Amino acid sequence: MAAVQTQSQFTANLKRYYSFYTGGFVAFVILVGILEQMGVPNKILGYIFLFATIGLYAGIGFMSKTSDVGEYYVAGRRVPALFNGMATGADWMSAASFIGMAGTLYLSGYDGLAFVLGWTGGYCLVAILLAPYLRKFGQFTIPDFLGARFGGHLPRFIGVVAAIVCSFTYVIAQIYGVGIITSRFTGLEFQVGVFVGLAGILVCSFLGGMKAVTWTQVAQYIILIVAYMIPVVWLSVKHTGVPIPQITAYTTALPKITALEKEFNDKATPKGAAEESVRAIFRERSAAATTKLAELEKDGATFLAAEKQKLVDKAAALKAEAAPDAKAVEAAEKAVKDFPADAAAAKKAWTTEKGVSARAAPVKAHSEAFSVGGKTPEEIEKNRGIAKKNFLALIACLMIGTAALPHILMRYYTTPSVHEARVSVFWGLFFIFLLYFTAPALAILAKFEVYSNLVGTSFASLPAWVSNWATVDKTLMNIADINKDGIVQLAEIVIGGDLIVLATPEIAGLPYVISGLVAAGGLAAALSTADGLLLTIANAMSHDLYYKMIDPNASTVRRLAVSKGLLLVVALCAAYVTSLKPGDILFLVGAAFSLAASGFFPALVCGVFWKRANYFGAVLGMTLGLGICAYYMYMTYPFFGVNAPKWWDINPISAGTFGIPAGFLGIIIGSLLTKAPNKEIQDMVDHVRYPSLDGTMSAGSAAH
Amino acid sequence: MQLTEKHKQYWNINLKMSSFLLVLWFVATFVMGWFARELNEINFIGPLGFYMSAQGSLIIYVAIIWYYAHYMNNLDKEYGVHEGELD
Repeated sequence: MAAVQTQSQFTANLKRYYSFYTGGFVAFVILVGILEQMGVPNKILGYIFLFATIGLYAGIGFMSKTSDVGEYYVAGRRVPALFNGMATGADWMSAASFIGMAGTLYLSGYDGLAFVLGWTGGYCLVAILLAPYLRKFGQFTIPDFLGARFGGHLPRFIGVVAAIVCSFTYVIAQIYGVGIITSRFTGLEFQVGVFVGLAGILVCSFLGGMKAVTWTQVAQYIILIVAYMIPVVWLSVKHTGVPIPQITAYTTALPKITALEKEFNDKATPKGAAEESVRAIFRERSAAATTKLAELEKDGATFLAAEKQKLVDKAAALKAEAAPDAKAVEAAEKAVKDFPADAAAAKKAWTTEKGVSARAAPVKAHSEAFSVGGKTPEEIEKNRGIAKKNFLALIACLMIGTAALPHILMRYYTTPSVHEARVSVFWGLFFIFLLYFTAPALAILAKFEVYSNLVGTSFASLPAWVSNWATVDKTLMNIADINKDGIVQLAEIVIGGDLIVLATPEIAGLPYVISGLVAAGGLAAALSTADGLLLTIANAMSHDLYYKMIDPNASTVRRLAVSKGLLLVVALCAAYVTSLKPGDILFLVGAAFSLAASGFFPALVCGVFWKRANYFGAVLGMTLGLGICAYYMYMTYPFFGVNAPKWWDINPISAGTFGIPAGFLGIIIGSLLTKAPNKEIQDMVDHVRYPSLDGTMSAGSAAH
Repeated sequence: MQLTEKHKQYWNINLKMSSFLLVLWFVATFVMGWFARELNEINFIGPLGFYMSAQGSLIIYVAIIWYYAHYMNNLDKEYGVHEGELD
């Protein structure tokens, strides 16, 4: 990739390299497939995929090593639109998109589509409101723009803090994903998996910064999209004979699912009656637990002792029978052994047991929007209103958060021109769209498989993928014959969301090599996002804090040394925090979006579209936005234990609903109360608004 | 530098096109979402409300971004604010 090449030669070469690469990767997968046929054990195949792909990323990172500031921070600003689009896709799609999304859609039907819409529609805002202008501005980081547009160190500093806070919460979720995948497919421990993955991330970004990350992300995108598509297309062929899941799922599978849902909920049909018998058991168990909890509340330890005595007596009676049934005795003795030791344990166990009533609920219609429960029609109407409001609020927060996450916006600094920046948003969304419009189809096809092929089979002859996953991980696949009729009912199955993508190759009857490929795809998704995020954090600290605010005279060598050092420190911190397994990952991700949306979006958009916006307005708007958003999360998210009443029933994950308007209000009021920005800054806004004011190449793209 | 009338005109056209596309975006997202239950009564490749949120709106987003890039790149040339050739 010599510097003397013209841009079109460079693009042509890239196309050639990546075509070779894709061909090579396909050959590699076929080779592993042959190894599998020769009888190499699955665990070894898992290792081959893990180390081959991480080695590949490290290789690209090594080949792209650089000591040039422009190359390190913005990949030399010569990434063609198509390739920037692929890199954006990999940067964007995280472990949550790759592994989690189809599962969320499987479990929550229509209501899960908030994530699909929120994580794609945000690119309209990026394309129209930000990307071309940021490219024209043409510096290195997002806080750079805030610093230059609003003047002074404070807006830049708030930008740095916001970038670090949202990127760090997000990167933890990614490294968590890396740990899960490596440990599941190679049997390594979770903590070891985290650090193996981290090595892959670091080798790449450490040596070559943005340049290495960009070219690795393109490679990772190719792997992840191939890995996602193959099993889904195959599944579609298996069920319908047509290899276009995005159509067959809606035309063939969905009507059948809807019919089956009605049957399961209708007690008059044989299937409905069988479901009802399972649900009745769950209702009874729940009711019994409720009674026990009430007694426990009243009598405490006395009641507990009496209950235990009952079980002991029962076991004794069974044993004393003339011909004791060995199995029954064993079960009774196990019940005695498992009986809660004290009141606290009993309360916990019985509260869980009380919760099984949820499994007695009728099947939710997959395509029904805002389906909610309620005792009266008025209550249902009210709950439906709340569900609808939260659905739309979540979409808004995810979309605006998309248009404010620094690791994505940073990508638009790397294109050669404003023109290419606009086109690259199109390619970016197109490549993301390929996966996102397949995920709902996958959810439907998987549901069809479960409803029509799993339900109704006998427990003696479960499909292989069900028994495999049920033994590997109970949280992903839990199946038990509750009503003892020997036949699987839907109410007897509990599925964890992540199962859908992980088990699709097996459901479709594909060999293990494809499962390995899916794992490699999930790993690529998590690693590429983590790469982009870590780089954002390290750059915010090294470029904005150190170079721009602390030591503006630092030499290039020193700047890069500081940046690389910080990258290492941040990566180790993130891996350490992840290895502690912090709680709710989905909430962390949601929080990152709401915080970014509230902190950055108003200031960035007003910075371009409102000349009057000034220093004081930006400071007020950003602090107010971040403050309100963080305050609302703290007050309402159960984890913090305050549990204040919600404002207009909005869930804490959508805290940006209040943060974003607060941010805009702050910037408008703050700007109008103080004087307009000076001529120099107003000229800068004009500079940003026009791709070129004098008909020549813009300075930002030619320099560096 | 001083902006000419032509520059101002360019910016106004940009604002108009941007607002128009953002209205489309808003309808494809929030209006469709608001009426999802009603749209589900219509059958178009499955229930329409579900189809739109799972696929239709996404296609609209991709189209919006493609059109914006295409339109603006032409507008740049028409108003002489395009960048020089790179090669």
